[in-house]
Parts: sequence; structure tokens; C-alpha cells
Amino acid sequence: MLDVEGLVRMSRTSGEEEIKIQRQITLPWSEAIRISIRNVTIRLGRTLITSAGIVLGIAFLSSVWTGGVIQDGLQQARHEQEQELIAATARNQAESDSDETETSFTISEQERRAQSSKRIWLVVMSLLVCGVGITNAMLMSVTERFREIGTMKCLGALDSFIVRLFLIEAAALGLLGSLAGMLLGHIAMIGVFAIRERTLSVVAKMDWGRMLMYLLLCVLIGTALSLISAIAPAVRAARMRPAAALQTEI
Amino acid sequence: MAKIECPKCGEQIETTGIVTVCPKCGADLREVVEALGHERNERMKTIVRDDSVTTHEFIVRTRGLKKIYVMGEVEVLALRDINLDVRRGEYLSIMGPSGSGKSTLFNMIGGLDKPTAGRCFIEEVDMAQLDAFELAWLRCRKIGYIFQTFNLIPVMTAIENVTLPMIFAGMGTDEMMERGRELLTLVGLGDRLDHKPYELSGGQQQRVAVARALANSPAIVLADEPTGNLDLHTGKEIIDLLKELNQASGVTVISATHDLKMIDVSDRVVHIRDGQVERIEHRHEIELEVGGMGG
Ligand SMILES: Nc1ncnc2c1ncn2[C@@H]1O[C@H](COP(=O)(O)OP(=O)(O)O)[C@@H](O)[C@H]1O
Ligand SMILES: [Mg+2]
Repeated sequence: MLDVEGLVRMSRTSGEEEIKIQRQITLPWSEAIRISIRNVTIRLGRTLITSAGIVLGIAFLSSVWTGGVIQDGLQQARHEQEQELIAATARNQAESDSDETETSFTISEQERRAQSSKRIWLVVMSLLVCGVGITNAMLMSVTERFREIGTMKCLGALDSFIVRLFLIEAAALGLLGSLAGMLLGHIAMIGVFAIRERTLSVVAKMDWGRMLMYLLLCVLIGTALSLISAIAPAVRAARMRPAAALQTEI
Repeated sequence: MAKIECPKCGEQIETTGIVTVCPKCGADLREVVEALGHERNERMKTIVRDDSVTTHEFIVRTRGLKKIYVMGEVEVLALRDINLDVRRGEYLSIMGPSGSGKSTLFNMIGGLDKPTAGRCFIEEVDMAQLDAFELAWLRCRKIGYIFQTFNLIPVMTAIENVTLPMIFAGMGTDEMMERGRELLTLVGLGDRLDHKPYELSGGQQQRVAVARALANSPAIVLADEPTGNLDLHTGKEIIDLLKELNQASGVTVISATHDLKMIDVSDRVVHIRDGQVERIEHRHEIELEVGGMGG
């Protein structure tokens, strides 16, 4: 006589296709992606609130890097102007004063070093803000859905299905959030510099190759941070006994 | 609830089977209603069937089931020594006041929590022996759950909720949608397939939950106070639906309740108090009691 246990065991060892199909427990990636993306889009308002942490963190990072690239561009332009001026003076005067050029160059080198350490400090700070914001966002989006997780487990979901659903969701949230944050920080910083310099030419003066690389990095970091910070709460929630998950009142 | 057509005047009538006279022309509709009932019964039998390979007499057995909740310093003895045998195809009600341990027992039988001591057998399989995969398999295919708070997935439509367990069971998309539609039609929601839970009334949400519980033709339907959040009339409808399913398809129904009005459909009533079985009533005793209540 067959029993449940026997049937389940059979599914693992039996080569017979039909029995296998009948006895499996699955969540195909296509379905998982469909469910997760719907979760993100349907609760758009909720999504925006939870992803605010990601947006802000990445906006900070993006603005720091954008500011850096713009400053470098401006400095480069100023340096070129200076060089031109010196060259012009040199052409006019027979005996050029080489000492003067030395000093001005050294000052700008020192300045640059100070600036770069300040910039690294800012990047570290913004990464911290990102990390805290995103972890908080993921923790929120998992805990507010304990009951749903419990229900899914009652319907036969394995722990890994729950983790999969939340990771896809985190990746989608991270991607959207960091795209938004990246644009926000970038545009805001361009605005700040344009107002300070009273000209939009700051845009023309910056190194766009480097800028694009930094922007891409912003999105990558945001998405990766979301994924990483979602793992712990998702795994913890997935491992809860259904009874406990269902009992939580939020 | 279903639509029938008067054979004499062609009037469309919504009926639950109680109205047997055409409200327009007064024609006798008993035959039509009966045929409808018969057809519905047949449909239930084919759609909802306990397809267990096993034929153990007792589908659920518990032996010395005990559960202690530990909350810091305090220990709550929620279940003490529950011994229960549930027959295949039975409609069993678990009665008891709030806090008597009904939900705790529901969780143990449903494999949603582990007992502190004692054993719980489903089709003679000791649940303590099952690993995570086997437990998920059991929850997916052997047991259908119905909760007091409906617990539908809020972002999913009625049919998506009903087909979710079928996705886990690896059913193909077309078959899944077809079956989802059939089940929702069976519970009277054939025209609400794409409604979200918040667009449905409490009774309708619970019907979706019933359809979802039947998704993979379970052997057992476990209901924890399925009428707790519904008014008397709607609650009665849900209970009648469960009873109808139980009779037509032979699916075992175990339903917890604290409402005396919900137990007259039961084959047996298990009264529990303070985590212990107080007494067990059988069908004829219940009929006497309910009859006595009415008189
Ligand atoms: N998760 C839990 N932690 C601590 N105590 C609990 C928990 N769940 C239930 N209890 C306690 O166990 C007892 C039985 O509860 P329960 O099974 O929910 O009763 P019922 O469903 O009959 O109302 C109650 O005293 C309740 O306070
Ligand atoms: Mg309860």
C-alpha cells in the first residue's frame, strides 16, 4: 500500500515522467518573475515609499560623483586657461618667469589631493546612507507581508520560493530605485553647479565618458545593495513556521 | 446560487434551490431545480475529488498531542493530550470557546506548527517524520486551508489566488486557468474571476478561499472559524457550501468554530476546553440538540 511519504519519495527517485510531474512542487522562474513584478507595480505607492531609501541613498552617491566630475571639468578648463595665459605672457615677454608657473601648479596639486580625500569620504558616507536606507526598505517590505508569506507556505510554497520571490522583487526595486536616484542626484548637482557658475557650460566641460561610468556604477551598486540586504530578511521570513507567520498582526 | 430558466415563460431566475415556483407565471420549477442540483452534484464530484491512492479509514489521527507556548518566563499550555481520530469523508466540527486551543490544534493537524509532544498522523504518516519538501507537498496537495481572515493574496485576482497552489503543483497554464474557472463557478463566482479581494464582499472572499482550498483536490479541508468574520446569513452559506462539497466529493472537512449555529451539518462535534477534549457528540445527538434549540 502506498502512503504520502512513499509517494513523495517516489517523486524523487522515479524515472517515470508522469508521476514526476504529478508529484513535484515547483515555482517556474517565469511565474516567479510575473508575480514579483506585479507585486512591485501594483503597490506602486507602497513601492515608492519603500524604495525611498534606495532613491535617496543613490541620489546622494550620484550627486557626489557628478559634483566631482563637474569640478574636475571646471578645474581642467581653468588650468588650460591658465596655461594659455602663461604661454601668451611667455610669448610676449622675452624672459619668462618659470618659478611662478611652478608655484601655481603645486598649489593646484595640493588642492586636488585634499579634494579627492574629501570626495572619498563623501562616497563612503553615501554608501552608508544607501546601505541603511535599502536594508530598512527591504526589512519593511518583508515584515509587512509575513501573513502573505505564511499563506503561500500553506499553499505549498517551499522556503526557496519565498526567497526567490523576494529577491526578484528586491532586484526590480533596486534597479528602479537606483535609476531614479541616479537621475535625481545627477540632475540636481548639475543644477547646483549651473547656478553657482551662472552658466550651463559646466555640462560641456565635464568628461562624459567618466560621468557615464559613474552613473552606471550608481545603478549597479544600488541594485546589488538591494539584493544583498534583502537576503537576510527574506531567508528569515521564509524559514518561519507558517503558523507563526500567519499570526503576526501588521 | 445559480440561474435557471422558467420552461413556461422563459424568465431568468436566480435561485439557491429554495424557490421552486416561477415568480412571473407561477409555473412549477421543481424539476428544473432538481436537475440543476443533480448537475451541480455531478460537477462537484468530478472537479473536487479526493484522489488519494490510500484508503486508510482514519485520515487524521492524533495521539497525546501537546503544545506549550513559551513566552519569556510564562508557559501557556494550549493543548494537553489530544487524542482524535477523524474518518475519511467525515464532516467534523471542533467547538470551543475562544482560547480553548482550536487554532493550535488546526495548526498541528495542518502541519503549520510542531507539537511539543505527541504525534499527528495524516493518512497514517507521522508528520514529525516529514522533511521540509514533504511538508510543502502535503500542504500543497493533501490539505486545503480556510482561515477566519480569508488570507487571500491582496494583489492577486480571484482566479490568480485560486491557481497559485496549482502553479506550485506544476500544473500547465491552460489546465490551470480552466480548473480555476470551474472552481470559482462552482462556488458561485464565475463572473468575478478578475476581481481583486478588496473588490469582493467578505462572503465572496471566503468563497474564493474555499475554491483555492480545493485547487489541488485535497483529501482534507481544514477551516479555522471560516464564518468568524461573516454575518450569520453569509456564514451559513459558507458552511452549506462546505457541507455540499463534503457530501458530493467525499472530501474530509474539519472546521473549528465557537458558534453553535454552525454545527448542525457536522457528522461529529468535538468539544474542547482548556486544550482538552471535553466530549464528542455524534450526528443524532446533535440533531436532537439543534432540534431542542429550535423548540
Ligand atoms: N503564538 C502563541 N504564543 C503564545 N501563546 C499562544 C500563541 N498562540 C496561542 N496561544 C495561546 O494558546 C491558547 C489557545 O489559543 P488558540 O489555539 O488560538 O485558541 P482558539 O483558536 O480556540 O481561540 C490561548 O491561551 C492563547 O493565548
Ligand atoms: Mg482561533
